[in-house]
Amino acid sequence: MTFARETWIVFNRAMRLGFREPVWLFIALSQPILYLALFGPLLEKVVQSTPDLPPGDAWQVFVPGLLVQLGLFGTVFVGFGLVAEMRAGVIERMRVTPASRAALLLGRVLRDVVVLVVQACLLTLASVPFGLRAPVGGVVVALVLVAALGAAFSSLSYAAALVLKTEDALASVLNMIAVPVLLLSGILLPMTLAPQWLRTVSDVNPLKHVVDAVRALFQGDVTASSAGWGVASAAGLVLVGLYLGTRTFRRESA
Amino acid sequence: MIKANGLARTFTTRTGPVEAVRGVDLDVEAGEIVGFLGPNGAGKTTTLRMLTTLLRPTAGTATVAGHDLLKDPVGVRRRIGYVAQGGTSLPQARAGEEIVDQARLYGIGRTDAVARGRELFDRLQLEGLWDRSCASLSGGQRRRLDIALGLVHAPRLVFLDEPTTGLDPQSRANLWDHVRSLRETGATVFLTTHYLDEADALCDRILVIDHGLIVAVGTPLELKRQVSGDAVALTLKDVARAADAATLAGGLTGADEPTVDGTLVVVHVPDGSSTLPGLLRDLDAKGIELAGVEVRRPTLDDVFLTLTGRSLRDDEPAA
Repeated sequence: MTFARETWIVFNRAMRLGFREPVWLFIALSQPILYLALFGPLLEKVVQSTPDLPPGDAWQVFVPGLLVQLGLFGTVFVGFGLVAEMRAGVIERMRVTPASRAALLLGRVLRDVVVLVVQACLLTLASVPFGLRAPVGGVVVALVLVAALGAAFSSLSYAAALVLKTEDALASVLNMIAVPVLLLSGILLPMTLAPQWLRTVSDVNPLKHVVDAVRALFQGDVTASSAGWGVASAAGLVLVGLYLGTRTFRRESA
Repeated sequence: MIKANGLARTFTTRTGPVEAVRGVDLDVEAGEIVGFLGPNGAGKTTTLRMLTTLLRPTAGTATVAGHDLLKDPVGVRRRIGYVAQGGTSLPQARAGEEIVDQARLYGIGRTDAVARGRELFDRLQLEGLWDRSCASLSGGQRRRLDIALGLVHAPRLVFLDEPTTGLDPQSRANLWDHVRSLRETGATVFLTTHYLDEADALCDRILVIDHGLIVAVGTPLELKRQVSGDAVALTLKDVARAADAATLAGGLTGADEPTVDGTLVVVHVPDGSSTLPGLLRDLDAKGIELAGVEVRRPTLDDVFLTLTGRSLRDDEPAA
């Protein structure tokens, strides 16, 4: 049996189970939609009257941030689902089959990415009535970057779940990491507004580069250096995430 | 089917290393039902998880179902079935989809998987439960589903970890029948249990494990023979005659020192049923009246007590 088929079986199962209770998909989407509707309009005036902002109107600056926020918060908590499966004995049951450990991870990650891309498309479309205008090509590449983020954080979340094994421990660790990462990536307001020290700290954050890249893409500026950094950061995160995820799935297995 | 040499597993914990399994040798032939008997903490589940490739041994080698455990774990996984202790089904999934998904992970095609699943459901008395959510099944049904999940790929070697723990007596007896029928299909069954009656009823051979080491191997009968024979328990009508009764009982051939507890006198003899008639005549001749008499055959608990100095029911944690 090939790796691709094994991954497909796991993906198929994850999709079937995930869409049986579709309410969870919309809950993940609700946070960025609330920010969009209730916070976004406040930015229009701010953007017009503030120097040091990246080019573009309020929506071209803000919506990229919301997409990355979705990419992070929408996927980083998928580990909870795995903890439930571990407790039910399902993970052990799958580990005893000849299916590869990487397939057990990747099938689930792919499901999370599909869900994320659907949510990201809905978010982008919802922004249009509020005033977002962006080139379609740029938006598509941006969605690919967001999908990559999703793959990375989903893998890392599963790795954390396998190691920590309980919801309490997982919640603590994920929140401890996700909130500072979010704040240091210039999602609500761009880091160009930040004092030098804060800007330097945020430069270490790969998410910040992805946000900048998406902002550039929403401007139609595919050749900007920030776009390149963003792609590299996203690719790096995906590789690290998948490597750690697979390694952790293999742990404790002969 | 299973050949293991010096299997050991040490866990590193915050309080220092824990030697859960300290050197287990196994030799299981095809077609046997072998039982791993021991108290909680003896190392049963750890040994099982090593043999099913879920845990890497810290020492030792093994060949399971013809494949080297350390060098070819995927090969081992293809040939074995494993039913874990705490359950293996997702509550919100449907029973039917669980078994189809599991079968597909073994490389079985979808149509074949559905056919096998349905056949197993019928065999294990799970008809009509295909579309039910696993959470809505009873304890016994859920356990039978776990077994179906472990058998769907028709493995020649099946590992069952505490298969009837937590089940009501009827479900237990039911499950025993299913385990016996596995042997009829030619499969080898390796099960762990801390229930003496289960080991006695099901197993061709028993391995007794305590503190990570095997302390005895044999058929249930062989193991019981190692214990000091049958127990003859006399309940006297008159407590004042207890000492006289004890003297008589102690005088039987091969008897040990009788114990006296109020009106109860217990003595161990090699063969209770042949000694009893003589003893009753002697008691009658001395005018000692009995309220009741019982000949007790040794149980595996007696075996355990003899071998380890501890009762299986004491459930002490491993030192």
